[in-house]
Amino acid sequence: MHVLAAMSGGVDSAVAAARIAEAGHEVTGVHLALSRNPQSYRSGARGCCTLEDSRDARRAADVIGIPFYVWDLAERFHADVVEDFVAEYAAGRTPNPCLRCNEKVKFSAVLDRALALGFDAVATGHYARIVETATGRELHRAVDHGKDQSYVLGVLTAAQLERALFPLGDTPKESVRAEAAERRLSVADKPDSHDICFVADGNTPGFLHDLLGDAPGDIVDTSGAKLGEHSGTYGFTVGQRKGLRIGTPAADGKPRFVLDISPVDRTVTVGPREALAVRGLTASSPRWCGTAPDGEIACGAQLRAHGDEVRATARLDDGVLRVSFPEPVGAVAPGQAVVLYDGTRVIGSATIDAVDRVVQPA
Amino acid sequence: MTTARRTVYLDHAATTPMLPQAIEAMTRHLGRTGNASSLHGSGRAARRTVEESRETIGAALNARPSEVVFTGGGTEADNLALKGLWWARLAEDPRRRRIVVARIEHHAVLDPVVWLLQHEGAQVDWLEVDELGRVRVESFREVIEREPESVSFVTLMLANNEVGTLQPVAEIAALAAEHGIPVHTDAVQAVGQTPVDFAALGVDAMTVSGHKLGGPYGIGALLVHRETKLVPILHGGGQERDIRSGTLDAPATAGLAVAIDHAVKDQPAEAVRLAGLRDALVSGVVGTVPGACLSGDPVRRLPGNAHVSFRGCEGDSLLLLLDARGIECSTGSACNAGVAEPSHVLLAMGYDDERARGSLRFTLGHTSTRADIDVVLENIGPVVERAMSAGLQNVGKAG
Repeated sequence: MHVLAAMSGGVDSAVAAARIAEAGHEVTGVHLALSRNPQSYRSGARGCCTLEDSRDARRAADVIGIPFYVWDLAERFHADVVEDFVAEYAAGRTPNPCLRCNEKVKFSAVLDRALALGFDAVATGHYARIVETATGRELHRAVDHGKDQSYVLGVLTAAQLERALFPLGDTPKESVRAEAAERRLSVADKPDSHDICFVADGNTPGFLHDLLGDAPGDIVDTSGAKLGEHSGTYGFTVGQRKGLRIGTPAADGKPRFVLDISPVDRTVTVGPREALAVRGLTASSPRWCGTAPDGEIACGAQLRAHGDEVRATARLDDGVLRVSFPEPVGAVAPGQAVVLYDGTRVIGSATIDAVDRVVQPA
Repeated sequence: MTTARRTVYLDHAATTPMLPQAIEAMTRHLGRTGNASSLHGSGRAARRTVEESRETIGAALNARPSEVVFTGGGTEADNLALKGLWWARLAEDPRRRRIVVARIEHHAVLDPVVWLLQHEGAQVDWLEVDELGRVRVESFREVIEREPESVSFVTLMLANNEVGTLQPVAEIAALAAEHGIPVHTDAVQAVGQTPVDFAALGVDAMTVSGHKLGGPYGIGALLVHRETKLVPILHGGGQERDIRSGTLDAPATAGLAVAIDHAVKDQPAEAVRLAGLRDALVSGVVGTVPGACLSGDPVRRLPGNAHVSFRGCEGDSLLLLLDARGIECSTGSACNAGVAEPSHVLLAMGYDDERARGSLRFTLGHTSTRADIDVVLENIGPVVERAMSAGLQNVGKAG
């Protein structure tokens, strides 16, 4: 096969590319340039981090012995991921940009271009497994559950999965590092990336503030009593406890959490932990890794990246996914994805729109 | 895609394979000891090598030997010329703050000019080019004669590195000379491809690079007229007329001298041979691929340059597909991060983003043969077709 290996400059994608090449496929490494720094003099020059990642990816490709190119996906990434990210926060929701990038960039724009250029598949260093079955391909959690990234791949359709390769899904992260060292890949001890790649300093509220500006409003309790002020609802996520800067403590002395974000009247509502409990949710834009569920199914559900899987039942109603939880679950933020599992298999995903709380808001 | 077979190297403007004679000369000297600044026998032997190289280069380019200043390559020579002229001219007259430069220069010229603009208070008169990449002598005249006493220097490349268009450097130098304004020219792409005569051009400084003409990497020269003053940018042992310090690389000077000597002697015949191959390549590509067209001046251009734009596809895609077939060319000038930005040269020529992105530069040189051209012509049709199906990456936002 002719395989395009997306190489971020990190250890995972380097080992993934090396494994595919060693398996006898014709591999071409491609680094996706996703951001540009408009402040710098030469228009389109990349920020230093991206440049360094690009060089690391190039070095890894040299060591593996495969051709290497950089593809400029900056405009596409900005339109599909960054703008969506900002718009979602502005609407009081909490987006997952990695998931959006997989859906719209890596396994859409990049995959489409790769297929058109004659490649058969796109490989990445994601920790997830593809299992071949008689009825088609299935997406499963990685064997290393601590590193599992099937959540951010839950948006892939069956057609996209047909062209995806995840060579690391059966390997623990530490083994991947050891293998990178054995293969003399200099990225073997490069730290994992955790932050959102386009928020250079990791300060998401600051990044959003620069783009969305001041939009001050009140922080209130569930009765509507004002407890404090904020400079923009986009700085909050449902379930957030830290950084609320409320002067007066709660009557019972217990911590308060963000329950609701309303950009229209610029109000952030807070309350006790119990008020966060959710017994169900509705979600839109469902994407199925295989066939869509027929009727109500019992399944597992994951509600955020690295979140625990909870028991659920799910039903597709006219394009709206309705999920309910036999045991109430904690903070659920609209904008995040709900990914449904059958054992380790990903059934599909949808974007959370609304939650059904155990304690109904006053 | 097809697995790479024989490599067809058509990227001589990026770097040209070293001539065997230059390799021989350089390696012969690599085994010898001697700092050209030392006074003993070994030092004198190295000095002799350097001075003989200087004389050879001077003779080949019609400059006095003392006008040849060795540098660590073309970029250094451009920086030395521009910053050196800037500070020297300003020291003589504080009014001299205008730099006259065309938008199609190489980054080794553009970036020092912008640096002077941002850090030293320079004012820049940017000169436009026409759709063939030509500057107009009249526009230089207008800009210079507006206020000649405030002009620091003029710089204009002999031949453009991307589209190969030749520029009227001698005419510009003549009109600048009327006002005593110094002129620098970047001749990196020109030597070996067109006749280059330093004295006849009438410029004050001229940049030459070793690896673009069959010589070694990491060495170049700035030819500096003996009456032209330059403030040095590298300070140290005072080598090279105190203009450029640093221990001289005697083996590299020997390799450079042999390469320049051959390039200049072979130039008349090579120009005819390469133009023939180039024309076959261009007419073949244009005849095969609908919508393909030659960029730059069709007549006054480097004989080895074939710059072609294609509609509806990315140069990036074309390059990848050709590379997989063993055909090596360029989408423009190579960029550090490896990201293909629309070329500033093509944008200056009025190309839209799409056409600028869908361009390929094939550059021929001493190793190029008819067989190379045939391989390109066999492959270009299917490659463009495939690249067109991959479309334009950044045209039209995604839904």
